[in-house]
Amino acid sequence: MADEQTGPLPVVDFLKIPENGDPYLEGHKCTECGAIFLDTRSACSKCGARDKLEALKLSNRGTLYVYSIVHRSFPGIEVPYVSAIVDLDGGGTVKGNLINVDPDPEKIPMGMPVDVVFKDALGRKDKEGNSYLSYFFQPQKQSQ
Amino acid sequence: MSDVYILGTDMIKFGRFPDRTVPQLGAEAAQLALDDAGLTIQDMEALCCGNLYQASAMVGQRILQEIGQTGVPVVNCSNACATGATAFREAWMSIKAGIYDLVLAVGVEQMGRGLLGGGGGGKGIPKEGLLGSATMPAVFAEAGMEHSRKYGTTFEQFAKVSEKNHHHSTMNPKARYQIETPLEEVMNSEMIAYPNTKLMCSVNVDGSAAAVLASEKKAAELGMDRAVRVRASVLTSDPWQERDLVMPDVNTCTRAAAKAAYEMAGVGPEDIDLVELHDCFATAEILHYENLGLCGDGEAGKMIDEGATALGGKIPVNASGGLLSKGHPLGATGIANIYEVTTHLRGEAGKRQVEGAKLGLTHVIGLGSACAIHVLEKVN
Repeated sequence: MADEQTGPLPVVDFLKIPENGDPYLEGHKCTECGAIFLDTRSACSKCGARDKLEALKLSNRGTLYVYSIVHRSFPGIEVPYVSAIVDLDGGGTVKGNLINVDPDPEKIPMGMPVDVVFKDALGRKDKEGNSYLSYFFQPQKQSQ
Repeated sequence: MSDVYILGTDMIKFGRFPDRTVPQLGAEAAQLALDDAGLTIQDMEALCCGNLYQASAMVGQRILQEIGQTGVPVVNCSNACATGATAFREAWMSIKAGIYDLVLAVGVEQMGRGLLGGGGGGKGIPKEGLLGSATMPAVFAEAGMEHSRKYGTTFEQFAKVSEKNHHHSTMNPKARYQIETPLEEVMNSEMIAYPNTKLMCSVNVDGSAAAVLASEKKAAELGMDRAVRVRASVLTSDPWQERDLVMPDVNTCTRAAAKAAYEMAGVGPEDIDLVELHDCFATAEILHYENLGLCGDGEAGKMIDEGATALGGKIPVNASGGLLSKGHPLGATGIANIYEVTTHLRGEAGKRQVEGAKLGLTHVIGLGSACAIHVLEKVN
């Protein structure tokens, strides 16, 4: 059956799930000015160059730039969660949930190294019942 | 090129008016502003109307249906939280261009309840709480945390903004709330998105505000006793930034607008007597002290600690109570803060009057982003 789900769908277009290999985030880089974007654009939004955007596999490691601990959200959404902005090593900035941390500002230092991990999208399914693969951030394990 | 003047301006007391329509609310502010100018709708040569939630529903024309369908050109504009200021600026530009002598600008909004932003949409599954948060309190919390990261700004310093603006609003009968709100109460209210508590979020209200703008020739003819001169009108959008779209940038477009506005007015931030700026969240006000050049980079925390931006301080900010306590009806906000500054320049602000105010600045940010700044000057 062509429309039968064989694996989870990507939560956003810039999350790539190769048939063979690990999932990753994809950006686009302008070969003219070096700007990096998530998703595609008609032209480079920094310099306006056309046909200069090349797909770029983004790093699975980065540093926590800033965050907010969200205690009030829309009905049905479990709180608290940490909304985090992460600068990936080698370029690209992504927003997502920071997991495996205490939701306490004292315990979440800005600038800390994080990994990008890929997991099921908190059990959320679309109307057709498809499940999704999402990305999350978590603190990097301290190397001994 | 000759200047543009405000001859009349007013706003309704912000509140909740579920039994009234958007055009009715807009009509009330329009008539108040016309009365303030001593003019009638028949004197107006055009109407610029700002409204967000009914952007496709010809609100300006429907206001004229309420107060007089004179057949003049009407422009309806929508520019997020810069909507009202954009409508005002459209009026300003049409006079500056020499096309009209008298134009009415109206901003009006009827708000829903609850959180703004992050409401879902798009394909697949809802992303809120999965890919971080797109709610406004969280977005502006993250913008505030960037300031904390750079300069060590504390939760308490952000909270002091709200304490100050709530205090100011106790002297503004047109504010939604007139309630003293001590610092502990601000800090201990429900945490929405750290570091923004509930009392550090702007108030969802309905409201409207309006202004009558005139050419120099017309203002001279009608009398300038209470007129206020528009010294600068600037609108910017956000230039490309490294963290673009992941982290909306309210700083760069504000800095660009401030620089252009000071240049256009031929003044510096040290010449400004009062500021109404876009305190949609307490965190935002701190950022804009620096963005508008009211202090140096990294000095905003000290500025709030020292009370420099409170009434009686060096440069009072949001004497009206700001969006945090006066309220934030999106499309009306940009004209309501022009009303506030004009009222001070006229010496008519009562208990909250900034004594001897000659020059004032208004600032709004529409996320996405649009920044509008106006510099206004007392004439007589």
